[in-house]
Amino acid sequence: MNDKACYNLPDEQGHFGIFGGIYVAETLIPALDELRVEFEKAIVDPKFMAEYRSELKHYVGRPSPIYHAKRWSEELGGAQIYLKREDLNHTGAHKVNNTIGQALLARRMGKKRVIAETGAGQHGVASATVAARYGMECVVYMGAEDVARQAPNVFRIKLLGATVVPVESGSKTLKDAMNEAMRDWVTNIDSTYYIIGTAAGPHPYPKLVREFQKIIGEECKTQIVEMIGRQPDAVIACVGGGSNAIGMFYPYIEVEGVRIIGVEAGGDGVETGRHAAPLTSNAKPGVLHGQRSFLMQDENGLIVETHSISAGLDYPGVGPEHSYLKDIGRAEYVAINDDEALAAFHDLCKYEGIIPALESSHALAQAAKMAKTMKKDEVLLVCLSGRGDKDIPTVAKMSGIQL
Amino acid sequence: MSRIQSTLDALKAAGRKALIPFITAGDPHPDATVAAMHALVAGGADIIELGVPFSDPMADGPVIQRASERALAHGMTLRRVLAMVAEFRKTDAKTPVVLMGYANPVEAMGYTEFAIAARDAGVDGVLTVDLPPEEAEECAGVLKAHGIDLIFLLAPTTSAERVAHVARLASGYVYYVSLKGVTGAANLDTANVAERLAILREHLAVPIGVGFGIRDAETAAKVARIADAVVIGSRLVQEMEAGAAGLNERLSTFLTGVRQAMDQV
Repeated sequence: MNDKACYNLPDEQGHFGIFGGIYVAETLIPALDELRVEFEKAIVDPKFMAEYRSELKHYVGRPSPIYHAKRWSEELGGAQIYLKREDLNHTGAHKVNNTIGQALLARRMGKKRVIAETGAGQHGVASATVAARYGMECVVYMGAEDVARQAPNVFRIKLLGATVVPVESGSKTLKDAMNEAMRDWVTNIDSTYYIIGTAAGPHPYPKLVREFQKIIGEECKTQIVEMIGRQPDAVIACVGGGSNAIGMFYPYIEVEGVRIIGVEAGGDGVETGRHAAPLTSNAKPGVLHGQRSFLMQDENGLIVETHSISAGLDYPGVGPEHSYLKDIGRAEYVAINDDEALAAFHDLCKYEGIIPALESSHALAQAAKMAKTMKKDEVLLVCLSGRGDKDIPTVAKMSGIQL
Repeated sequence: MSRIQSTLDALKAAGRKALIPFITAGDPHPDATVAAMHALVAGGADIIELGVPFSDPMADGPVIQRASERALAHGMTLRRVLAMVAEFRKTDAKTPVVLMGYANPVEAMGYTEFAIAARDAGVDGVLTVDLPPEEAEECAGVLKAHGIDLIFLLAPTTSAERVAHVARLASGYVYYVSLKGVTGAANLDTANVAERLAILREHLAVPIGVGFGIRDAETAAKVARIADAVVIGSRLVQEMEAGAAGLNERLSTFLTGVRQAMDQV
């Protein structure tokens, strides 16, 4: 792109080019207006931002370190892989950066009840955590299939005092949880704040989530220079809705010479149709969950079921800014299949003593693939968005191990 | 003049209020829909809202969600809904039909192709739940050019400025969502609705239909006192849920009761 210095999106109506926007039922519009106004005030309010940063430092444990995965890099025999350790955050993933920000916003707006959707359960845990922290009621919507495959996180959410509502409609995964959260919100709009966990949904959510996640990339820009004296050759992150990815990518959009690579869930393989990779599979743009973005759908505009080993990436759409970054060619998007992600999961355990989330394992697998073809003095910086304790039952089952 | 406008004008001249039933196309079975539409007209329907089933009906409660799932299980698509309207039109040239659904099936078809196909099938209006005025300019323009009314929702939360915005784009009628929530929610508060309608009328020239939470003849009659049209959805879809046996008679009988109560207002 030629106008990197001028990157100033979304516009006032939440559009990133043709993507984004506010595609919701009328009842929600005033609530989104109110949220937009309060959010725009909050992010320029020094007091609000000081509290947000203080919470990130003392409660979350930021800055998260960057770690050189030396043994694994040596084993791969190519580029050096560095990991941005979002898995070391309190609650074990990047999600808490955003839930802290949104809970502070909810408190500022006088809302006593928060709701959230969750796929892998990390956003559910992060929402339940901040609700406990700030004394709010919390209800988490989770697809019934995900409740089954992410049992440790379901228990964690309950321990934190939140209510988990299993969603039985549709494909019983993340998109259905989001539908149900929207239904709750429209019913309880006066009392309730909806903490969307990914950089998707109606304006202002994609921008709001990005602003609370961009701390990831901002820290990287300083930390990696301290370690290697320059910016990396590429930054890599997994993309479901794309919140850790946009947090990592956004500060790098204007940095020339750094490739930006988003990794979608290839499931059984993009060619099989059983995947969750709208960008890589060249899905048509469509409208779902309040936004226009690339969207997995059939020829009649019905949303198709997605497949991924990773509940957090099992989503037919993607945040509108990712669609835009693909469209203008600033970011590249690729897919990693279930078996490749699983192999990377095992590799990181074996060579580095780190158990990564299955979501993050997609980014790791892409880094491994690329590293092999690159020179030893080249550097890949991967967002290790979460830890993998929650995935132990899934991995055991996939690998034929009896717990 | 559109079929919707002439229908509503004629009712107004006769001092009557419009009765607008909603059913989901293809529920409980695609073979049942056209006959059910005729049964609704026999029961006193002035306009029919026909739901276009969608995989992710975010604004709907459990009753209409299940209706969508039943219809989709039988392979319903937007194109098949249009074919049903064309079939209905063969024997009913008078009753306006409004398609109600979500944006993506229309997006997937493309506004122009959809507008032409809908006009040719005999569709009179389109209500797209997740296409608020902010995003509707292009679609509204294309539909208008093909003689189709774009029906907008207004909500208890809608501000006066937004009503004015909707007023610039709206044609046919507007649909006032009488409560905060999804379709099929609890009963509405008519006193509260009356207050809101008075405010809406200051800005709107088109007639106002009221829906969400109207489940019986008594409530319908109360709403008919204050609104121009009464929309009944989930209550009818429950009849669909009860199965195909005697369906048309049940629909017709229920609606006749509502119609009589409304006409006594």
